[in-house]
Amino acid sequence: MHTESDILIIGSGVTGCSLARELSRFEASVTVLDRESDVAEGATKANSGIVHAGYDAAPGTRKAYYNVRGAAMFPALCEELGVPWRRNGSLVIALNEGDRSTLLALKERGEKNGVKRLEILERDAVLSLEPSLNPDVVCALSVPDGAIVSPYEFAFALADDAALNGVSFRFGEEVLRISVLPDGRYDVQTRGASYACRVLVNCAGASGAEIHNMLSGDKLHMVHRRGQYYLLDRSDRQPFSRTVFQCPSAMGKGVLVTPTVHGNLLIGPNAEDISDPMDTATTSAGLAEVLRKAVLTWPGLSVRTNITNFSGVRAHLTVDDFVVGPCEGCPGYFEAIGIESPGLSSAPAIGAELAGMIASFLKLPQKTSTVPYVPAPKPFHDMTLAEREEAVRSDPAYGQIICRCETVTEAEIRAAIRRPVGARSVDAVKRRTRAGMGRCQGGFCLPRVAEIIADETGMPFEEITKNGGNSFLLSGTVSSFLKEVPEHE
Amino acid sequence: MSERNVDILVVGAGPAGLAAAIAARESGIGSVLVVERENEPGGILRQCIHNGFGLHRFKEELTGPEYAQRDIDRAAELDIPIECSTMVLSVSPDCTAVCLSSARGLQVIRAKAVVLAMGCRERPRGALCTPGTRCAGIYSAGTAQRFVNLEGYMPGKRVVILGSGDIGLIMARRMTLQGAKVLACVEIMPYSSGLNRNIVQCLQDYGIPLYLSHTVTDIRGRERLEGVTVSRVDEKRNPVPGTEIDLDCDTLLLSCGLIPENELTAGAGIELSPATSGAVVDDSFCTGVPGIFSCGNVLHVHDLVDYVSEESFKAGAAAAEYVLHGSCGGPYIKVLDGDGVRGTVPQKIRKEAAGPVSLMFRPAGVYRGSAAVVECGGREICRKKAMIFTPGEMALITLKPEDLASLPEDVVTVRIERS
Repeated sequence: MHTESDILIIGSGVTGCSLARELSRFEASVTVLDRESDVAEGATKANSGIVHAGYDAAPGTRKAYYNVRGAAMFPALCEELGVPWRRNGSLVIALNEGDRSTLLALKERGEKNGVKRLEILERDAVLSLEPSLNPDVVCALSVPDGAIVSPYEFAFALADDAALNGVSFRFGEEVLRISVLPDGRYDVQTRGASYACRVLVNCAGASGAEIHNMLSGDKLHMVHRRGQYYLLDRSDRQPFSRTVFQCPSAMGKGVLVTPTVHGNLLIGPNAEDISDPMDTATTSAGLAEVLRKAVLTWPGLSVRTNITNFSGVRAHLTVDDFVVGPCEGCPGYFEAIGIESPGLSSAPAIGAELAGMIASFLKLPQKTSTVPYVPAPKPFHDMTLAEREEAVRSDPAYGQIICRCETVTEAEIRAAIRRPVGARSVDAVKRRTRAGMGRCQGGFCLPRVAEIIADETGMPFEEITKNGGNSFLLSGTVSSFLKEVPEHE
Repeated sequence: MSERNVDILVVGAGPAGLAAAIAARESGIGSVLVVERENEPGGILRQCIHNGFGLHRFKEELTGPEYAQRDIDRAAELDIPIECSTMVLSVSPDCTAVCLSSARGLQVIRAKAVVLAMGCRERPRGALCTPGTRCAGIYSAGTAQRFVNLEGYMPGKRVVILGSGDIGLIMARRMTLQGAKVLACVEIMPYSSGLNRNIVQCLQDYGIPLYLSHTVTDIRGRERLEGVTVSRVDEKRNPVPGTEIDLDCDTLLLSCGLIPENELTAGAGIELSPATSGAVVDDSFCTGVPGIFSCGNVLHVHDLVDYVSEESFKAGAAAAEYVLHGSCGGPYIKVLDGDGVRGTVPQKIRKEAAGPVSLMFRPAGVYRGSAAVVECGGREICRKKAMIFTPGEMALITLKPEDLASLPEDVVTVRIERS
C-alpha cells in the first residue's frame, strides 16, 4: 500500500502527537506512523508524569527553553482537552548541608530560565509542608509551579484532536528504510507499505537517533536509560501532596516520590543504561535500588499497597540536549529527538515551534476553521451523585460498573473504543478509562473489557490482545484446544 | 433518585449473602433484599465447576454451581428478591446504601440492617512486586478459571502456577484436563496454603511438581509470556542466587492469597482488622457500626464454603434479631491473637452472648501434635488438641457458655501450645 501526504511524522509519543495537533490547524495532509499498536507506547506511557517548572536544565539549552515554554502551555491545553493536570508544587530536598549549594545553584538556574516563586525553605518549614518527609532534611527548594499530569491521557487527547482535524494515524508500522525520491520528497518504507511525503518529521523517541542516522551524515549517538517505578494504590491520605525530588545527579533527577493526578503514589525512577531500547522489564536489582533511595525521602516507606511496577526508557543523546528543528543537509527533514526529561513538559512548545517551522517551509496557509474538540466526559468515578444520576438516565450503560476498583462503567469503555484514535486492546482501554488500573489489576474486569472490545469492533473474542501485536489473551476455545493438543507429553 | 425502604439489605448474592438472606427471612423478617453486581447470583461458586463442596453441610459432594443453586432455590421459595447487575456504590453508617444499575439507575436503599457479603479478590502480581516484563499471559488463577469455565476459552498451553492457594491447585488440574501442560506449582513458603486434599487430587494425581520455598524471580516475553525463572528462597524468603531454573511457558497463573473486598466497609467508617483485612466484629458478626453485619470471605478468607454458609446463617439471624429487638453492642470480652495464632474472628464477644461462641483463626505456621488454648487472666478456659495446625486450614475452637461465665478479665487470648 502506498500513501502520499504532505507531512509524515514518525512516532506518536507526546511530542509527535503535540506536533500532529498543531499541524492539523494548517492546510496540509498529515500522517503519523507508529510501530506500536497505540499512541503513547514508548516513554510517554512510562515516566513520572511531572510538568517540571524548569529549574533543572542549564540556561541556554534547548531543554531549558522548551521546558519553561511548554510548562506554561499546560494549564490552558489541559483545560481545553479535559486532561487531568494539577499544580501540586515540587520540592527538591537537601539531606545534608553539602546539598544546600546544589539547591542554591538550581534556584539560580531556575531564575535565569524564568521560573517564578522559587524559594529555599528551611527544615521546619519543609516538614510542616510535608510531614512524612525524612526529618533529617536540611532545607528544600520549593517550586510552587511544579505540576503533575497524566502523560498518556494528554497524548491521547492531542491525538484525538489531531485525528478529528484530519490527521491519519497508522499503527504497527515500523520504519525500515527511507529514501529520497527524484522530486526531493521522502519515501518511507515499512514492512508492508510505503509513505511519500514532502516533509518528514522524526519524533521517534527511543529510535530517534537510528532514524536520524538513516538520513544524515552527521551521526548522533543515543544512550537508552531505563527507569523503574512502583505505583501504589489510590488513597485519600497519601503521605505526600507535593512531588519530592532528591538532589539531581549526572544520571538524572533521581528518585522521586509523587502523588499522581489520579490519587496514586508513584515512586521512582532509578537510572540504568541498557542496550535494547525496547527492554522495559523491571528487575529485582532495579526495584531494590528504587526502594533504597526512596526511603531517604520517605522513612516510613511502605509498598504494601503496590499495585504495579513498570519501567520506561529515556532517549538520552550523548550531545546532552534536545535536538529540535530542520536537519542540515536534509531539506524537508525535521526532527525532535533526544526528548528525555523534561520532554513531557516541553512537548507542547516543541510541537508548536516545529509546526511553525514546517508551515513556513511548506508555506502552508492556516485552516479557516477547525473541528472543535469535545473532551471525554468526566469519569464516572469523579462525578457527583447528581451527575451520576443524569449520566445513567441519558445512557443506561453508565449503570454497569465494569471495573469495580476504579468505578469504570460500560459507557466509558465503549466511548474509549469509539474515540477518534480509539482503543483496540485491553491496555488501550485501561489507559483511557482506568479500567483494570486499580488494586485488583484487572482480575475481575479483564474478561468483560475484552467482551466489550469484541462487541464494539467485531473482532473475534480470542483475537483480543493485551497490548497489540502478539499479546493475545487466549489460546483458543476449550473445545478447539483439546483437539489441537496432542496427548500428554 | 428513587428511594426504597427495606428491613435488611444484603450486599452480595454469593454463598455468604444468600445464607444471610435466608436466615434473616427464616427469622421472621418480611422485607429482605439482596443486591448482586454480577448478572447472576451464586458468586464465585458459579465458576467452580469441580466437586467437593457441601461435604460438611449437605453430607454430599456437590459442584460449586450445584451448591449455590440449593441456596438460590431456597431464597426463591422464601420469595427473597435478588437484584443482579446492581453495584452498591456506598453504604452509610445509618444503613443507607446507594446502588447503581442499568435497569433502575441510581437508587437509595434505606435499611434497618445491612449484611456485607462482598467476598474477596485475588492478590495480583503487583502485590508481589515480581520483576520482569509486563506481557500477556499472566492471570490470577480465578480469572483463568472464569475464562475456562464460564467463557469457554483457554488462557494458554504451557502453564506455571505461582502460589499454592486452592484456586491455583484446582486450576492446575483443570488446565491439565483441558490439554494444557502444567509445568510446576511454585510456593514461596515451606508449606502450601492450600488444602491437603487439593495437593493430592490436583497436583500429585497428575504428576505436577510442587516446589516449596521457591518463587518466580523473572518474567520474560515482550508481547506474550515466553518463560519464567524460578528460584529457591532462604528462610527470609529472599531468592538464593545460583538456584535459578528457567521454565518455558506461555501462561503464569497467580494463586498467592485472597484479600477481603472491604472498600464499602471502609467507606462506612467501619473498623477493619489488619490481621484479617475484614471488619472487626463481635460474636453476632455485628461490626463496630450498629446494624451493619459482615460475613463470609469479606470478613475473613475461608477455605470451605460450608463454613462460609454456617457463619453467614448466624450473621443473617443476628441481623434479624437486631431488626426485631434492636439489640446490638457491648459490653464485650476482647479476643486477642496469641502465639501461633493470626486473625481470630470474632475479635470481641458480647458478655451477654447466650450460646456457644466459635473462635476461628489461622495458624501462623505448621504445628504438629499441638493444642489451641484460650486463656483469660492466666487461666486456661478452653483447650482443643489437633493432629496438625496449618495455615492452609482455618482452625476453630468453640467456647461453651460455661467457659465464658465468671471470667477474671474482659480479655481472652487464643494461642497455640506447641508440643
